[in-house]
Amino acid sequence: MYDVIVIGAGVSGCAVARWLSRYELNVCVLEKCEDVCEGTSKANSAIVHAGFDADEGSLMAKLNVRGNEMMDDLAKDLDIPFKRNGSMVVCIHKDELDGLKVLYERGVKNGVKGLKLLSKEEVLELEPNLSENVEGALLAPTGGIICPFELTIAMAENANENGVEFRFNTRVEDIKKGEDGLWHLRTNNGEYKAKYVVNAAGVYADKIHNMVSADKMHIIERRGDYCLLDKEVGGHVSHTIFPQPTKYGKGVLVTPTVHGNLLVGPTAIDIENKEGTATTAEGIDALTAKASENVRNLPMRNVITSFAGLRAHLEQHEFVIGEVKDAPCFIDVAGIESPGLSASPAIGEMVSEMLKEKMSLKEKENWISTRKGITRTEGLSIEEMNALIKENPAYGTIVCRCESITEGEILDAIHRPLGARSLDGVKRRTRAGMGRCQAGFCSPRTMDILSRELGLSYEEITKSGGKSNIVIERTKGEV
Amino acid sequence: MKTYDIVIVGGGPAGLAAAVAAKEAGNDSILILERDHELGGILNQCIHNGFGLHTFKEELTGPEYAYRFIKQVLDLGIEYKLNTMVMDISAEKIVTAMNREDGMFQIPAKAVILAMGCRERSRGALNIPGYRPAGIFSAGTAQRLVNIEGYMPGREVVILGSGDIGLIMARRMTLEGAKVKVVAELMPYSGGLKRNIVQCLDDYGIPLKLSHTVVDIEGKEHVKAVTIAEVGPDRKPIPGTEERYTCDTLLLSCGLIPENELSRAAGVKMSTVTSGPIVNESLETNIPGVFACGNVLHVHDLVDYVSEEAKRAGQNAVKYINDGCKLPAAEDKVIEVTATEGARYTVPSTINVDRMDDLLTVRFRVGDVYKNSFVSVYFDDERIMHNQKRILAPGEMEQIVLRKSQLQEHEGLKKITVKIEKE
Repeated sequence: MYDVIVIGAGVSGCAVARWLSRYELNVCVLEKCEDVCEGTSKANSAIVHAGFDADEGSLMAKLNVRGNEMMDDLAKDLDIPFKRNGSMVVCIHKDELDGLKVLYERGVKNGVKGLKLLSKEEVLELEPNLSENVEGALLAPTGGIICPFELTIAMAENANENGVEFRFNTRVEDIKKGEDGLWHLRTNNGEYKAKYVVNAAGVYADKIHNMVSADKMHIIERRGDYCLLDKEVGGHVSHTIFPQPTKYGKGVLVTPTVHGNLLVGPTAIDIENKEGTATTAEGIDALTAKASENVRNLPMRNVITSFAGLRAHLEQHEFVIGEVKDAPCFIDVAGIESPGLSASPAIGEMVSEMLKEKMSLKEKENWISTRKGITRTEGLSIEEMNALIKENPAYGTIVCRCESITEGEILDAIHRPLGARSLDGVKRRTRAGMGRCQAGFCSPRTMDILSRELGLSYEEITKSGGKSNIVIERTKGEV
Repeated sequence: MKTYDIVIVGGGPAGLAAAVAAKEAGNDSILILERDHELGGILNQCIHNGFGLHTFKEELTGPEYAYRFIKQVLDLGIEYKLNTMVMDISAEKIVTAMNREDGMFQIPAKAVILAMGCRERSRGALNIPGYRPAGIFSAGTAQRLVNIEGYMPGREVVILGSGDIGLIMARRMTLEGAKVKVVAELMPYSGGLKRNIVQCLDDYGIPLKLSHTVVDIEGKEHVKAVTIAEVGPDRKPIPGTEERYTCDTLLLSCGLIPENELSRAAGVKMSTVTSGPIVNESLETNIPGVFACGNVLHVHDLVDYVSEEAKRAGQNAVKYINDGCKLPAAEDKVIEVTATEGARYTVPSTINVDRMDDLLTVRFRVGDVYKNSFVSVYFDDERIMHNQKRILAPGEMEQIVLRKSQLQEHEGLKKITVKIEKE
């Protein structure tokens, strides 16, 4: 029996888990996939939004601005990269310049600091690769870029270190209130019981909500296609470049990533398929065309991968965070689409405050607020590298050539709390396989390491759990 | 750390041949840096035969071919380091490398030979729509899994791209009991060698569909099916031509990209056509004393030509050092070599007559299939070579040989042009 069960180990679930881990509580996170950060959290724009976009007075606006404010300290505490590169909303039609003013005023009301309207000349001086048609822009210096994998993984690791349990490959199939007054969660891995349930199930949040409530929820899966470009062209723009927003969202952006790639996306296509993360040729063509309206000479021949993510969109376009009316002790964290990543720390804080009050929680005396990330070799001096290699020779072996990731980093990723068990698990923790060859060279080597360290046979190694095995059997004859 | 005259980056066929040639040209201070755990490079996973027909007049497997050179390296006592990754090459030719035993170290070299080879174009770079499940491999990765690790990626296979590794893997997977259902090629011609199409597809009844591409990949966790469609002259899929193949594996053989990240960082100038360095007659880049050979320079069809080219790079590196590491001659002595009208590029791009050997091989590729056409060479506006060819194809590398005396006779020659002509 747990005090709190969190359903879903995406960025919201992990944030809730991390903030709940401050208190004297038994918390368990149930995740249907084999790792954290497997849904919406792994395929998005990787942006920490400034907060001028959401409607004034909305929960979205409040949590976006609060999450943005919290990000510097959180990144420091959890040892993850975060950069305030600044966001720009670009206007390319003179008659739409008023739209920038509306955003500016909304941003000011939302509490966004440092907003500034820029003239054409000022914009082009800051971003020479923008379209010559640009008429002006809204600059938000507090906009930032972050790695969504590292943010989610770091919060999960920190929660785990503070005693939160994680159950992977565990899908919630039904939820009932038992006669004992507890929530009974039927899963493919047996039954779990808890006093409180937090539904942070992303695009499945409606399905989970509807298990306990007569007031039905409907999440629309809004697919976004993205292209990721080589680091060679990562400096094409330095700010995050947005078009002016439409009713489908913030539009196709062009942004550097915190690791130095260039990211272009997303499209916005409503699909009604919770697993529909297939990209389409039309989607990729559309985003290239859209992004090219604002950014000149977009180097699309340097694309190293394309992917699609699903936004968990609710018709009212608002976060739904709170106790479900007809299901006491059941907390929804639903409709977490953009700016969900930016808001995640504030979501964690809000839910933990809510439960603190309801459950009269006591803070732990020995809560560990910080987490040490994987020791990165990138950018170390020769002396620092040699000190590291002397201590552990595995840091002298490069496994991923494109991103210069050493065996030492991969071993760390496997053996740390909630460590990697698959190629994608290693990739999202270390970046091995995330470079321009897209794991062509390093996947057999990473498989060797996973096999050796986890005692798995080659056939058991997966790309990302489940049935995603890389090889199926031995070749003919003796090897 | 010891210093060396010549540091060779890469111990594959190019690096090995360059090392042997440099040693035989009289230099005793050579170091090969190899990132894998053995010498030989990609040849180690190419267990099929057909290597060495030009060099050794016999048909060898990849590892056998590699061993001919490895043995020479060992016999000549040339130094090498395995499991060693070169992290940086500076414009001053200081090579920074790293391994478990030595840690990170720097070697100042008089000459550097770039021999890093190439990588395969990935699914991501091809923008193939659909899901991103397990079961999608570049052909070379699958070749490594099958031939080195000894594991099969799947049983039912679709291959996109008809590059040579894809063709070889079609046969290899078939011999291991898999069913290769189709090879789809975006272009109206194959990117591979004719002999591989005959021996790897035709002999096994594997259909090759030219002007076709993959338009969808199904399967969230693992590949379940792949849909291909015909493409029009604009290379866009034609609606209504879709064919769906159930399969568990998709192999990609859609082109090779020279691995020049180190070269670029060093300041080496690149060709936008080959994605390799721009070199002169000595296979020297714009940085004096930095040479390039093999697939890092331009993607070859046969390893024999890699060895031949690398030998010249090795010899020229020694010549450069013996001449006192001088800068190349002034621009006015340099003849430009260009490709037009059907020829895509030439290696080299410039010739300094004073520095060239008596015979100089200029290699190039064509951009389309040409039947009963002529390879023509112009010295400025004068056509001086006009060789009829029954067939010219993008998958095969072409060459012409220039004589030094020929160039010397044309005083004031500024430009040599290679083109393909109908008559």
